Amino acid sequence: MADTARDAPPEQTDFHELEDGEELFPEPATTQESQPASLAAEDISTNSNGPKQDSLFDDDPEDLFAEATEEVSLDSPERDVLLSDGPSPAITPITPPTSVITPRIGHTHDDMFTHSSFDEIEEEEGGDSFDIHISVSDPEKVGDGMNAYMAYKVTTKTSISLFKRNEFAVKRRFSDFLGLHSKLASKYLHIGYIVPPAPEKSIVGMTKVKVGKEDQSSNEFVEKRRSALERYLMRTVKHPILLKDPDVLQFLESSELPRAVSTQALSSAGLLRMVNKAADAVNKMTIKMNESDAWFEEKQQHFENLDVQLRKLHTSVESLVCHRKELSVNTAQFAKSAAMLGNSEDHTALSRALSQLAEVEEKIDQLHQDQANADFYLFSELLGDYVRLLTAVKGVFDHRMKTWQKWQDSQMLLQKKREAEAKLQFTNKPDKLQQAKDEIKEEIEELEGKVQQGERDFEQISKTIRKEVSRFEKERVKDFKTIIIKYLESLVQTQQQLIKYWEAFLPEAKAIS
Amino acid sequence: MMQEGLDDGPDFLSEEDRGPRAVNVDLQTDAMLQVDISDALSERDKVKFTVHTKIPPAPPRPDFDASREKLQKLGEGEGSMTKEEFTKMKQELEAEYLAIFKKTVAMHEVFLCRVAAHPVLRKDLNFHVFLEYNQDLSVRGKNKKEKLEDFFKNVVKSADGVLVAGVKDVDDFFEHEKTFLLEYHNRVKDASAKSDRMIRSHKNAADDINRIASSLYTLGTQDSTDLCKFFLKVSELFEKTRKIEARIAADEDLKLADLLKYYLRESQAAKDLLYRRSRALVDYENANKALDKARAKNRDVLQAETSQQLCCHKFEKISESAKQELIDFKTRRVAAFRKNLVELAELELKHAKGNLQLLQGCLGILKGNT
Repeated sequence: MADTARDAPPEQTDFHELEDGEELFPEPATTQESQPASLAAEDISTNSNGPKQDSLFDDDPEDLFAEATEEVSLDSPERDVLLSDGPSPAITPITPPTSVITPRIGHTHDDMFTHSSFDEIEEEEGGDSFDIHISVSDPEKVGDGMNAYMAYKVTTKTSISLFKRNEFAVKRRFSDFLGLHSKLASKYLHIGYIVPPAPEKSIVGMTKVKVGKEDQSSNEFVEKRRSALERYLMRTVKHPILLKDPDVLQFLESSELPRAVSTQALSSAGLLRMVNKAADAVNKMTIKMNESDAWFEEKQQHFENLDVQLRKLHTSVESLVCHRKELSVNTAQFAKSAAMLGNSEDHTALSRALSQLAEVEEKIDQLHQDQANADFYLFSELLGDYVRLLTAVKGVFDHRMKTWQKWQDSQMLLQKKREAEAKLQFTNKPDKLQQAKDEIKEEIEELEGKVQQGERDFEQISKTIRKEVSRFEKERVKDFKTIIIKYLESLVQTQQQLIKYWEAFLPEAKAIS
Repeated sequence: MMQEGLDDGPDFLSEEDRGPRAVNVDLQTDAMLQVDISDALSERDKVKFTVHTKIPPAPPRPDFDASREKLQKLGEGEGSMTKEEFTKMKQELEAEYLAIFKKTVAMHEVFLCRVAAHPVLRKDLNFHVFLEYNQDLSVRGKNKKEKLEDFFKNVVKSADGVLVAGVKDVDDFFEHEKTFLLEYHNRVKDASAKSDRMIRSHKNAADDINRIASSLYTLGTQDSTDLCKFFLKVSELFEKTRKIEARIAADEDLKLADLLKYYLRESQAAKDLLYRRSRALVDYENANKALDKARAKNRDVLQAETSQQLCCHKFEKISESAKQELIDFKTRRVAAFRKNLVELAELELKHAKGNLQLLQGCLGILKGNT
């Protein structure tokens, strides 16, 4: 990894480096400190003015990660391997709610990430075509009562050489996904990578499933979750760094996964997380950073505004979903009512027309239901995902502030020590003087090292964030364009169907005499 | 190209400005003199009749409450909204107001035309004054006494109605009509309520699309990436499609909901007519019994005979006119449903095609640019 690697042509990828036999990644089984890949090959398409460019990463990788491990041990006790106890539970397959979601829309509604979007080779990320497709399917209820859980099949299809095979599948449960995210977050967030957030927990939703209620709402919940898990994995592997993380590889490939117990909502780790979050929020308010780089301020403001607007839009779309579902229900009721009216109408031709009207309205109610699903799975979930992603984005900016603070703290401490050293020159106790002087000299040396490291960290995280933001924005543009176009296509289909139905009805109405 | 003929805002206004226009109302069935006698009071030496002519039902009071509420909200919120939002809400309000206004005008028109076609009513002085007097009419509302009278009349009618409905009719035609009307009225009532709910949901969805369009617009103006133009285009699209959705709801209201409401009232009027006939039948039968009793006691026979004859006459008269009216009711009903269902289907088609054109046009542009 030479200095020139930064400006290297796109062909030099991380895969390349791997094949060279460089031991960037220790064996997954022994990992306690998995290390992110080198940034060397990535092109930084932002104008970085000033911060030391290359080789920051190359110096003392151990040092950097020593700190990482420290933080890791604080909030991810799930490192402890815990195997689930108890006999192998009974497996009850769940009938997929196809009645709820008819993938009538061109492609399957959840197929937001089709191959076509990956055929676009992103030059910055390497010449290897980004060919990986993950699907989450076949939700199955495992076990009974409150210990029951939903197992999902995670299938990966890929031609990337990183993986042992081209196609493979594993079974995972929700807490596994949370565990994966937790690990990734602890490794990458604090150094400036935007780690996609995992889908949200839902105690109410899961309880219904556990209790065994197999009705429409619990089916919808499972489908919603399945779709969210799929999108989560796809977003994660789209990130060139995260894709190569051994935890991700293990998650996708290993048939057995140590259970992430500490992701439970009511566990002690969960509580610890909440406490930490609160502490973070307080700290954020007290850090007054001298922003020397306007880019960061600008971007933060931009994301702030984006967040507000996306939330507003999300609320409106959720409302639309709700009203569209209502419309579907009310149309169905009207259809039944019209049918009854047709039955009691004693003029034969009119009676027939009314029955036909009832049939049309019944078909239309199904149309509204399908459209409501498209409204939700395409539009609403896109917005929801981005609202959550923006939280992660804001998080990395916060981490940068913390890094800055740390650097400043070290600097202040160094300053104090230097002052103390200067003062020592004027003491009157010569015997203690030399010892004290030596001590202070040592401390000062250590602190100087810390200050240097602090500055390097700060510069590194700033650089990473610039790159991440650029990648994020590109993805955002692509995602929104792709999905909104898909959504509009669903609207087109609905209108085409409506035309068909009313065209069929019109002659029936005219036939009344 | 996306705007031709589909932005119907101004159209609303121009329709009203076009001045008087012809309205198709089926008047042939109203040409006959429709008289019914609601009751007879037998006093010592004379009999008083209360004669009613069947008057077309009055048009319903227009409901501007929803609009008024929105107007108030608009006024209150003016300070907190952006200029675009305010203009949009104002336009929305105007469109809604015009829709209600249009509906009200249509119904009043129908009412007046039917009165004008009625052979007796058209000659009424009140009607002439109403049409010709070019200054303000000061119409006295019902005073308390009159309102109370109405209330009691209704109570008596419904109580009576229950008693009378139990009487089985010898005449097949009327027996069939009674069964038919009872069921029909209930089902029309249900259909009317359900259609109202369906249309309400449709309006709500259109409102949501309106808000989505606004948000997209803001996103478009804020964004610094490619998405800026994209959002603005989609915002524009949703602005237009939501106008169409609102129009669909309004048309469904006019062609479907109003139709059902109207026939709800009409079927009620028909039921009332049957009730009056049954009442007359009961009176006739009672008069018969009274006559028999009188003959048996050989007292007041002449009086009983006259009374019985009158009741018989009244009953026969009402049966005759009721039969005709009920046949007409059916004819009118079939014609009205046909007209409205055809128009409904045509409008739904027109709007769906409009929507489709907008969507496909926008998609073409968006896909071309990406």
